[in-house]
Amino acid sequence: MTVKQYKEILAKPLLEENPITLQILGICSALAVTSNLSVTLVMCVALTSVVSFSNLFISIIRNYIPSSVRIIVQMTIIASLVIVVDELLKAYDYETSKKLSVFVGLIITNCIVMGRAEAFAMKEKPFVSFLDGLGNGLGYSIILIAVAVVRELFGAGTLMGYEILPLVSNGGWYPANNLLLLPPSSFILIGLMIWGIRAYKTDQIEPNEYKLSGHATAPDLSKRELNV
Amino acid sequence: MFEHYLSIFITTVFIENIALSVFLGMCTFIAISKKIDAAFGLGIAVIVVCLITVPLNNLIYNSILKEGALAWAGLPEANLEFVGLISYIGVIAAAVQILEMFLDRFVPALYNALGVFLPLITVNCAILGASLFMIEKDLKFGESVVYGLGAGVGWAMAIVVLAGIREKLKYSDIPDGLQGLGVTFLIVGLMSFGFMSFGGISL
Repeated sequence: MTVKQYKEILAKPLLEENPITLQILGICSALAVTSNLSVTLVMCVALTSVVSFSNLFISIIRNYIPSSVRIIVQMTIIASLVIVVDELLKAYDYETSKKLSVFVGLIITNCIVMGRAEAFAMKEKPFVSFLDGLGNGLGYSIILIAVAVVRELFGAGTLMGYEILPLVSNGGWYPANNLLLLPPSSFILIGLMIWGIRAYKTDQIEPNEYKLSGHATAPDLSKRELNV
Repeated sequence: MFEHYLSIFITTVFIENIALSVFLGMCTFIAISKKIDAAFGLGIAVIVVCLITVPLNNLIYNSILKEGALAWAGLPEANLEFVGLISYIGVIAAAVQILEMFLDRFVPALYNALGVFLPLITVNCAILGASLFMIEKDLKFGESVVYGLGAGVGWAMAIVVLAGIREKLKYSDIPDGLQGLGVTFLIVGLMSFGFMSFGGISL
């Protein structure tokens, strides 16, 4: 494979085949951990490292996994990686690990990890799989960071805890939009983001199942021949 | 006693609905909610698996993994909590596999109805999430049975409601880019705002 193909594998999941906005993978954590940018960054690093290394290891042993028990084998590899990440986080950044609570554990069932293992790592060579994992992890991170920036900046007037927009309650001029700090607002943000991406990449638009018919024309009585 | 269990059940189904308040199992929630039939089948499967795995994980946590739980085996200082994640997911994967074989052998009608959804459930974060929340809340065995049932019922109810809305929605005139996934996100957002109104209830 040439360098160009490697680049393509790495760059494709960023926008064109984004795991969240197109493949519908890994949405749960995208919603629950995005109210604060620094927590989101930790989550992104954790997920990206788990998905790249799980792709790498699964791809290395892909020819030795019997297909009937492959899900359990993949799960074991992924769960071990997540335990490593979880323990590291508890050791070096206990505060953030408390805030993420169960969501680090839930990386195991994050569909991006399983989905890429099934769809890519079981077929391709180790290095390419690693790149694919990295690309998908970054694609996930882009969306998460974008949502977190909007939510923290306009919801609390801060970024990474530093004040950007001085709040009215602190004598500034910006009235905080507390709605954005509530978890459901991230659904709305991601929905609008999908709309934006699809307005730009029109080939991602899903076809309408039913076409609206035009106005039915009223019968033209003037031309009707009356057979009286 | 009965009231205590009832209040756990109501809390899990409505106030802490696993799909619309803690946002778990979202991938399948959005991917498989186009038709009510499929959503209903998946909902039943989630209820069954939750009802089996949450109490099972509770037993494993309380009698093996918890700090000091291995005192009966002469190891009072053992603390195996760090292998928790891998054991819970192992239990879930095994339970799903066994349930699949059992249904295939004894209840083929239900097996065919559930079809591809059963293996999918292993990777549904609602199931693992329910187990992890159960550990975090430190529930007893009886409570964990009720919690598992409540988590499953809440999730199933939410997906059936969403499927109902989406079935009606395909007749409406939606801007091109918002069609399908985009508008589904907006609707789930609104549903979840609605469910927040249960948050003020204290039982």
